[in-house]
Amino acid sequence: MKKVGVFVCHCGTNIAQTVNCEQLAEAAKTLPGVAYSTEYKYMCSDPGQTMIKKAIEEHNLDRVVVAACSPRMHEATFRKCVNGAGLNPYLLEIANIREQCSWVHSDKTKATAKAEDLIRMAVAKALKNEKLTPSVIPIHKRALVIGGGIAGIQAALDIADTGYQVDLVEREPSIGGKMAQIDKTFPTMDCSACILTPKMVDAAQHPNITIIAYSEVEKVEGYVGNFDVTIRRKATCVDPVKCTGCGLCSQKCPSKTDSEFECNMSQRPAIYSPFPQAIPNKPVIDQEACRYFKTGKCKICQKICASDAVNFEDQDELVTIRYGAIVVATGYSLYDYNQYGEYGYGQYPDVISGLDFERLVNASGPTMGKIKRPSDGQEPKTVVFIKCVGSRDANRGHDYCSRACCMYTAKHATMVRDKIKDSQAVVFYMDIRTPGKNYEEFYLRAVEEYGVTYVRGRVSRIYMESGNLIVQGEDTILGTQILVVADMVVLATAMEAQPDAAEFARKIGITFDQNNFFNEAHPKLRPVETFSAGIYLAGACQGPKDIPDSVAQAGAAAAKVVALLSKDEMATEPIVAEVNTNHCSGCGFCVPVCPYKAISLKTLTERVHGSVAWGPAGKEITRQVAEVNKGLCQGCGACTVNCRSGALDLLGFTNEQILAEVDSL
Amino acid sequence: MRYAYYPGCSLNSSGLEYNMSAQAIAPLLGIDLFELPEWNCCGASSAHLQDHTLALALPARNLAIGEDLGLSLAIPCAACLSRCKATEHAVRSSEETHTLIESLIDRPYTAAYPVKSLLEVFIESSMDLLQDKITKPLTGLKAAAYYGCLQARPTDYMDMDDPEYPQTIDIIIEAVGAEPVDWAHKTECCGNGHPTAYPKIGSRLVNRILKQAEISGAECIVCACPMCFFNLDMRQKALGQKRGRPFNLPVYYYTQLMGIAMGLPPQKLGIDKHSVNALDLLSQKRYIPTAGSAAEGGPA
Amino acid sequence: MTMDNGQWTMDNEMQRQQGTSVRLDSVGKDWDPKILVFACQYCTYAGADLAGLSRLQYPTTTRVIRVPCSGRTNPQFVIRAFQKGFDGVLVAGCHPGDCHFSTGNYFTRRRYLLMTRLMEFVGMDPRRFRVCWISGSEGPKFQQVVTELTDAIRPLGPNHKLRDTELSSLVGGIGR
Repeated sequence: MKKVGVFVCHCGTNIAQTVNCEQLAEAAKTLPGVAYSTEYKYMCSDPGQTMIKKAIEEHNLDRVVVAACSPRMHEATFRKCVNGAGLNPYLLEIANIREQCSWVHSDKTKATAKAEDLIRMAVAKALKNEKLTPSVIPIHKRALVIGGGIAGIQAALDIADTGYQVDLVEREPSIGGKMAQIDKTFPTMDCSACILTPKMVDAAQHPNITIIAYSEVEKVEGYVGNFDVTIRRKATCVDPVKCTGCGLCSQKCPSKTDSEFECNMSQRPAIYSPFPQAIPNKPVIDQEACRYFKTGKCKICQKICASDAVNFEDQDELVTIRYGAIVVATGYSLYDYNQYGEYGYGQYPDVISGLDFERLVNASGPTMGKIKRPSDGQEPKTVVFIKCVGSRDANRGHDYCSRACCMYTAKHATMVRDKIKDSQAVVFYMDIRTPGKNYEEFYLRAVEEYGVTYVRGRVSRIYMESGNLIVQGEDTILGTQILVVADMVVLATAMEAQPDAAEFARKIGITFDQNNFFNEAHPKLRPVETFSAGIYLAGACQGPKDIPDSVAQAGAAAAKVVALLSKDEMATEPIVAEVNTNHCSGCGFCVPVCPYKAISLKTLTERVHGSVAWGPAGKEITRQVAEVNKGLCQGCGACTVNCRSGALDLLGFTNEQILAEVDSL
Repeated sequence: MRYAYYPGCSLNSSGLEYNMSAQAIAPLLGIDLFELPEWNCCGASSAHLQDHTLALALPARNLAIGEDLGLSLAIPCAACLSRCKATEHAVRSSEETHTLIESLIDRPYTAAYPVKSLLEVFIESSMDLLQDKITKPLTGLKAAAYYGCLQARPTDYMDMDDPEYPQTIDIIIEAVGAEPVDWAHKTECCGNGHPTAYPKIGSRLVNRILKQAEISGAECIVCACPMCFFNLDMRQKALGQKRGRPFNLPVYYYTQLMGIAMGLPPQKLGIDKHSVNALDLLSQKRYIPTAGSAAEGGPA
Repeated sequence: MTMDNGQWTMDNEMQRQQGTSVRLDSVGKDWDPKILVFACQYCTYAGADLAGLSRLQYPTTTRVIRVPCSGRTNPQFVIRAFQKGFDGVLVAGCHPGDCHFSTGNYFTRRRYLLMTRLMEFVGMDPRRFRVCWISGSEGPKFQQVVTELTDAIRPLGPNHKLRDTELSSLVGGIGR
């Protein structure tokens, strides 16, 4: 005779105020199979858990139902608790009477009646629960980091330093990401390249890191500990072994195109490295820009290459590598301000983005670090900065705050005042957000020491008048309209998810939010994990972030990876599909529905017991039956529905268990 | 194509030219403007300051009459259009408001026939016909299309092609052979009633628009709203005197330019009634006979 | 369907559609339908929890069964729920493309298109059955769907068509 114990939690007043807990505990006593029931103020607390353990011992309970908050909250807690009392953790059931009852209803009678039903369902299921034991899967000790920006580089270095092999995949010809384009970093005004490039070199020289540049992840199969990742190495047309990186080919290349690295403000050759400190420092041929690929004539680079490294026959190559863990650090892109009609739809050359400005002030940028406006190369005297372009603007862009813009705008304004004599820097803002160490001080320095003018209000329009940009806005503190005659306008455009973020997430099997940023498993407590075990997040692909936060998150993701790789094998959820070979007809319908390729058919040889239609007793027969690989099975249960003969069932959510819940009402 | 049409408060008074020109060109362009029986004031500029429900109910009555006739309304005035669209939107988006409005106007109104601006109606259904009817293309005329505030905003229900840089009037300017100028103040506010109540603020707003139109190289302004027309045309002389140099920017309704291009006499389109002489520019450009022969109609 | 003196009455067509005669006397306006929800634990169950966290109020008509994936919900569970007297069934999972198990909800979608046809075929009002996608961040949508479904079923009255008063707990689990 199974003996179920029911434990009703008040959750302070969270449950008790709309559900009569005493009545519930009393009613539970009358349910079939229930041997004991009680209620307590906080079941999850130490005394609460002790109470459960004691009751299990005193009343010989072999099934436990806790009526409390969502199982997503404390199922693990109570499983551990019953396990402490010697029960198999899977003999526990949770009745969710908080999130799905007390918090969503106000009529106490109806809510209590519903809670009673929820307990009845949980008891009915618990009676059918069986002991489950986890199985183990091996962990392949190699990590993949996708994205070679500062987050990816940091994660790769941190993992590699603990002794594990890391592959760093980057789709551009060089690692470095957005940080490589930035001139100086707030709040210290370090030169970005000075702190980034040593890290890039470290990554390149690290014995445990392999940089796979100009490559993209094509496909991810498998599961935690055993991901099979197919990587497309794009044709570079330059043999990396032969190439010495001398750069002669780039100098002589006759085909020019806009340089992405310089925000299209200058030109680069078709055979190129994005920037002088690029890593790997081997050029690639941009086939869309290359004269040879377009016309079939040229090959100048091949002719002048002393080491014969140029190979026009190079093809994309697919390689499949097994990894134990993956860090996604694919970064962000910037909001396209050409959508803003009131700022001229991108028609005014002197209205630029913050990243454009970074290149304009950078000593190796298109203007050699002299701030010159794009239209006529003149030094701008009055520069207007507009914040929240595409951020905090539901009509045009995104609801969210991009977090870094207040700081980098203060930095830009400081630089204008610093570098241009008699200049004026005017910043239009909605709020100043400086939540970081030394951030507020940095902003105050911009105002107090550098005399940057901050105007609280939005800009309603930018238009041209006699060759000048007129910035028309509102000063909400003075309550008046103001016009600023500007030589250049810098827009702090929103950080947004990469344009292919959603497609990428589907490819590797993680989820994304309404803004296409990747979802962390828990916004507070699991900020670097994803819902897919073994895949972690670092940097701005998870949400807008500045450099310090990206680096911190990268370190955290690396720690998670190392914790995983340090084990030789790991226990898996025992909630997996199971085949009853007696019932299996070997039809194979279950094989194609499994997304994890966990089901295969095997041949079974057995003797017939008793005389049946297909042969006399004792006759040996062979037949096909399904077999589930418990390491691969993730427990979705899709196969069970497809099974004609009802031979497949999902442990923990068996047909019997679910129907017991249905039937209990 | 038949549309319900009503002149409202201004098209028989200060906006007479709009009414004259619209009525003159519509039949030529296959548009039958049927005057809405028993139409009432839409309540623009005053009702919504007093009572939100009243401001919805007033235009709803007109819309309901149109719906009863099975007709969409083609609305010439931007203020009427704004109120009608607001009502349509409110009725469509809330069942509660819908019931309330129907009970107030004592008629069924389901917003089944979409409200359109007269401008939209011409753009949608008359552009091909217009090309066939043009006898005097206005070649060489540089015109600044001015939309004002009401036709483009609020963006969620006014359905203007682009609220920040609208093109509808520009398309008509091009269609009649003239050249639309690119300028920044297409949707800037003209001040509505403010030039009368608060002359200082109001004239600054009007001044800004005129100045920008002048800078853009436009020879005239083309609009689609009687209030804008009134402000830009009637106040222009005083503003010119104030700065010591006249603006000399005639203001036309788009319907007037369409009429001229189709060879209609300017008097029939009310062009002789403007405050800023609007005939001279047209005769200088030889779109109409020279000024001497155009003395039949006196100024308004 | 009209409401008359606080009682729901049905026109003939609706009765024919229902394929049953409803005992009108038992269906006062205070009658609450009973709805069984099969919620996938990654999206909809989390969405329902979020509705709770946000204190969004909805009718007490639902009982949720947590399943690992909407694709685990065997159509036979749905039929059983109707046999056991539930007045409506909701199967809810992640949005297409967002399935934690990659493809589970695509199977759900295909299976339940057929399920709806089957319901029409056997004469059950298909409005009693719904499949929808509610993500873990859509607490308000969970509230909305439950409220809408309750309002949609209320005028249909109790499910008598498939309710099997004889069905006892002796009937074993399917496939056993």
